Amino acid sequence: MPRPFTPKVVTANDLVEGDVIYLARNGAWVRDMCMAWLIEDEAEAATQLALAEIQPEIAVGAYLADAKAGPNGPVPTHFREAFRSKGPSNRFHGKQIAHAQPEAAAHV
Amino acid sequence: MYDYNNFDEGFVRNRVGQFRAQVARRISGALTEDEFKPLRLMNGVYLQLHAYMLRVAIPYGSLNPNQLRQLAMISERWDKGYGHWTTRQNIQYNWPRLADIPDMLDALADVGMHAIQTSGNTIRNVTADHFAGAAADEVEDPRPTAELLRQWSTDHPEFQFLPRKFKLAVTGSKADRAVTKAHDIGIRIVKNDAGEVGYQIIVGGGLGRTPVVGQVLKDFLPRADLLPYVEAIVSVYNSLGRRDNKYKARIKITTMENGIDKINELVETRFAQLRPLFSGVDQEHFNDIAANFKAPEFKSAPLDTYHTARDTDPIFRSWVDTNIAEHRAEGYGIVTISMKAHGATPGDASADQMRVIADLAEHYAHGDIRISHEQNVILPHVHRADLPAIFATLRAHGLATANAGLISDIIACPGMDYCALATARSIPVAQEIAERFDELKIEHDIGHLQIKISGCINACGHHHLGHIGILGLDRAGVENYQITLGGDAGPDTVIGKRAGPGFAYDQIVPAIERLVLAYLDLRDDDSETFIDAFRRLGEAPFKAALYPEEAKTNAA
Repeated sequence: MPRPFTPKVVTANDLVEGDVIYLARNGAWVRDMCMAWLIEDEAEAATQLALAEIQPEIAVGAYLADAKAGPNGPVPTHFREAFRSKGPSNRFHGKQIAHAQPEAAAHV
Repeated sequence: MYDYNNFDEGFVRNRVGQFRAQVARRISGALTEDEFKPLRLMNGVYLQLHAYMLRVAIPYGSLNPNQLRQLAMISERWDKGYGHWTTRQNIQYNWPRLADIPDMLDALADVGMHAIQTSGNTIRNVTADHFAGAAADEVEDPRPTAELLRQWSTDHPEFQFLPRKFKLAVTGSKADRAVTKAHDIGIRIVKNDAGEVGYQIIVGGGLGRTPVVGQVLKDFLPRADLLPYVEAIVSVYNSLGRRDNKYKARIKITTMENGIDKINELVETRFAQLRPLFSGVDQEHFNDIAANFKAPEFKSAPLDTYHTARDTDPIFRSWVDTNIAEHRAEGYGIVTISMKAHGATPGDASADQMRVIADLAEHYAHGDIRISHEQNVILPHVHRADLPAIFATLRAHGLATANAGLISDIIACPGMDYCALATARSIPVAQEIAERFDELKIEHDIGHLQIKISGCINACGHHHLGHIGILGLDRAGVENYQITLGGDAGPDTVIGKRAGPGFAYDQIVPAIERLVLAYLDLRDDDSETFIDAFRRLGEAPFKAALYPEEAKTNAA
């Protein structure tokens, strides 16, 4: 019996900035995982990955990452993707700054 | 220290120009990522979890104050205001934009630095003892030898596409602070019975998924034979090393699969071919290089201020006793500036800290700065009368942690917080261990104890060589940490043995605490270090401390 397909997001690194990007449903690349397209169909995921791979002027190293639905959009299911989506745990750097409340950001 | 000549300057500028054009072509779409990746790697540019990473070579860990200030400027202008010292005496910037990297490389070239061969399957940054030229136990300063090897290996046309990366380390001391037995080629400066200075050559060491202690290939190599002999070794490896499987491609595997005798035979054959091609110009050049490394003029000055401070200030005394090593010149000491403040990221230095250290080096330390493979910063030549002033400045900037060689002086790789290869985090584990033992206030009572942490099997954190080693892995989507015991990075290098099942993230620090408290109970007296107690008692009592439930079951 084939294994059930777990939902995925298409993710990569931005060519110029190097930071983590995700494919949105409208075909645009977005910075926040919660704005990504949570793809629940295996064939669709393969198609979107193939399309991502032919955009080397935008996205580097595209791949499918496991994710699940959260209250505000997709969230990671593996700790590696959690760090990619947020930033390092030892410093208040990366995407966590953008996600922080204004008072938290003031402490940077 | 070595200053770039016009040839060096032109070479590096030309290389930056090439890379600038390559980056422009990549961004314009004229180069694909597959075409660009090997080019960026040849210039030390990786793509990590959150951003590009630029790895800059610090040959044999030597810097002058202007270079350190430039590293600070680069961190502020194009990064996030800090850099990370690595276990191979490099600095890494974790947040640059691709388009900015050529400017960063130009800024490095302004102070005689570069990122060439800090990545790729080539001869990497040549490392050396961070106490070079200062240590009391030194046969000879290893830096001229390391510099000769750096110049020989940089852009060497035969060795740009080796089966895998290739690492050289040089030490001039029996104490071996360069971990020579864990390198592809380790070079130890020795004297023969006739009192001549030459080299002991060690090959086939390395860590990673197959940790191997290097073997002696040549007990005594005359100085004049160094380059042709090393070239013969790398040439044999280049032709014999496996290219079918990257995990079996390092020279340690080549040596194990072929045997040291076969490698020796092939190297001798190749050496016989190469030796006549070296006319001796390299030795003349060595002498020119060595002249750049002549010792500073050491002063003779009263030590009253030092003795007074030591007698009256226990915090200063603790720092001196822990962080100052014996210097070969009377009245001098070697200062280790700990980059491991309790709770800080091991090896990270802010731009402000870099500038403070640069100023101290300029004012008090003959302008000489070293980066150690242990991720600390060294001022190798300091008159002890200047130590109180240095300590006061370091303390004001959070750099006076008295923990060199102690339990919180942890080597830790970047781990999954930054590294694309990592399988678990290592930095937070190091931070929590340091904080835990700082809270317990037993760090100095524990004494010399090396903890080394890697966030993956590639072992950038040298966990195999830790008295206590910690390896972070991904077990079914959860961070899990294996402990190795009994490793040692000293001259008689020992690979630690895995203690047993791994620990979850929230269990690893308590496990380390149980282990260390058990050592305090088990040791003969406070002069017996952890590793000495481990060697005397064997692993059983330490494993019992790590796995108390299992020990209870076995006892029942």
